[in-house]
Amino acid sequence: MWKYIVKRLLGLVLVIFCVAIIIFTIMYFVPGDPALTVLGSTSTVEEREAYRESLGLNDPFLVQLGRYLYQTFIQFDLGTSYISKAPVVSEFASRLPRTLALGLICLFVNVVVGIPLGIVCALDRGKVADHLISVLAMVGVAIPGFWLAMLMVQLFSQTLGWLPAMGISSWKSWIMPIIAGSLGGIANNLRTTRSAVLEVMNSDYVITARAKGLEEGKVTYLHMLPNACIPILSQLGGQFGQVIAGTVIIETVFTFPGIGTYMLSGISNRDYPVVRGCVLLLAIFSASAVLLVDLIYGLIDPRIRAQYISYASGKGGKGSGK
Amino acid sequence: MESNTLQKKKATRNAAATHKKRSNMSLILHRLAQDKVAMVALGVLVFLVIISIAAPLIAPYDPYEIDVTAAKQAPSAAHIFGTDSMGRDIFSRILYGGRYSLALGFCGSLFTAVIGTVLGTIIGYYGGAIDNFFMRICDVWQAIPGQLLAIVISTVLGGGFINTVLAMSIGGIPMSIRSTRAMCLKEREMDYLEAAVSYDCSKTKIMFKHMLPNIISPTIVGTTMSVGGTIMGAAGLSFIGLGIQAPTPEWGAMLSDARSMALLYPYMMIFPGLMIAITVLAINLFGDGLRDAMDPKLKN
Repeated sequence: MWKYIVKRLLGLVLVIFCVAIIIFTIMYFVPGDPALTVLGSTSTVEEREAYRESLGLNDPFLVQLGRYLYQTFIQFDLGTSYISKAPVVSEFASRLPRTLALGLICLFVNVVVGIPLGIVCALDRGKVADHLISVLAMVGVAIPGFWLAMLMVQLFSQTLGWLPAMGISSWKSWIMPIIAGSLGGIANNLRTTRSAVLEVMNSDYVITARAKGLEEGKVTYLHMLPNACIPILSQLGGQFGQVIAGTVIIETVFTFPGIGTYMLSGISNRDYPVVRGCVLLLAIFSASAVLLVDLIYGLIDPRIRAQYISYASGKGGKGSGK
Repeated sequence: MESNTLQKKKATRNAAATHKKRSNMSLILHRLAQDKVAMVALGVLVFLVIISIAAPLIAPYDPYEIDVTAAKQAPSAAHIFGTDSMGRDIFSRILYGGRYSLALGFCGSLFTAVIGTVLGTIIGYYGGAIDNFFMRICDVWQAIPGQLLAIVISTVLGGGFINTVLAMSIGGIPMSIRSTRAMCLKEREMDYLEAAVSYDCSKTKIMFKHMLPNIISPTIVGTTMSVGGTIMGAAGLSFIGLGIQAPTPEWGAMLSDARSMALLYPYMMIFPGLMIAITVLAINLFGDGLRDAMDPKLKN
């Protein structure tokens, strides 16, 4: 198992390195001139040329790429914002925790609301509760999060005045972004859980458990649910990435001071270091989440663990496993 | 519960026996036609497509015509959805906007599916080193969340229809490659492929004439289901100022427009969002029906 973890971690580092190269390459081709944005249209051609030279933007692509990779992975320096002249890392220090907190809370809400509701639906299949919740979930998947956010601002901030419409002044400011950011995830988890539970409901081991006279409660909680949860949990890593990417748009609606609004301001200002840094960091977090869930998944499911052991040691299932 | 399942199984068997002589495709269509929800959803979709195509005939106003004297009017008899900040008729803009939003969804998902399926089939067929190589590429590709990649690509390519289709579809390709490849790896073990190889069938023919038809139904269902997500993602892109640009009447761009006016004129943001929700809902319901019709075993 340890060998496997180390192998996966090295893989992660390699993936992140490649992601950095890709992001740099994509951003290299972004049209527009940062010198023009920073110095304004009143600046002379010479001034702009000198500015580009000072940033190293006139160097060949490979030189720029090499410098970027050296700074990012050796010096752990994500560069300096062209506009604010502040190091990107220091801006991250205050913004990243907010975006991560928002993402993690949304993911948490997705799980603790979506999965139990899905189980209720599956156990009560065909009854009123199932129909009602399933219809709501269908609608929930179809509503764009940012539109819901706008509607909520209208209702709870403008009309009722209960919640602040923008910024993060108190805990109340978090309520609407969390709801808007988790609606789609809740509905998705609900649907996945419902079909996963329905699928195991008719499996041989559940029928066997019933046949040997086990009480219905035990069949449900000891045999059905743990098995049904495995496919759902395996999705959570990828879901974290989706939630984080989704918050970029949600943050815009609430002018939430997180990575999303920072990145979008970077995009409109042609502030390459900001955009590169934001995408790289968000990619690191979502890739790590996928890896983490994969590893936990292995710990939960003995079948996967058995594969891991044979995969890592190459001896077909020998070894202690943990 | 068990007797219920048994009955259902029996019913499926009986149904299968009655339709024995029918082709697989007509069976699927028959099952789909029985599904009322899917048919209603399809009806709504067809209706949306028709009103979008026929927008010039239906729309009471020019969607681009600026009329400052009529700006910011709440819904009335003359402008049933009201007018926007520049006096353009929102109802007319919604009709025209459907063209962009629907086309973005269909084209984006189709592009993803075509590229992903072709690459996935080739990778799955050859396996080995090629498979390994492409899977590592997919690992990197998927490390960047799809919507985030769409934002970055849209920044590079700029706005416009084709660029937005590309931005929306590139993030989904690795997932499509992976699922096609996984199915192909299973198909490779089948006897019929061994037979095809033994009578010296060409590789292209094996891949696209023998393997592909056997894995195409989950791909069709997956693609249908993804259209809704693509429409929403594209609307999100336009909402943050990338993707389709103002004054083009795309639904997401209209929401972005309405956002600055939302304080005083909330009606402006109701209809574009509602249209997105209705469209996505209809597509997803139809996709559900299609999945059940193609694989009745999955029906819960």
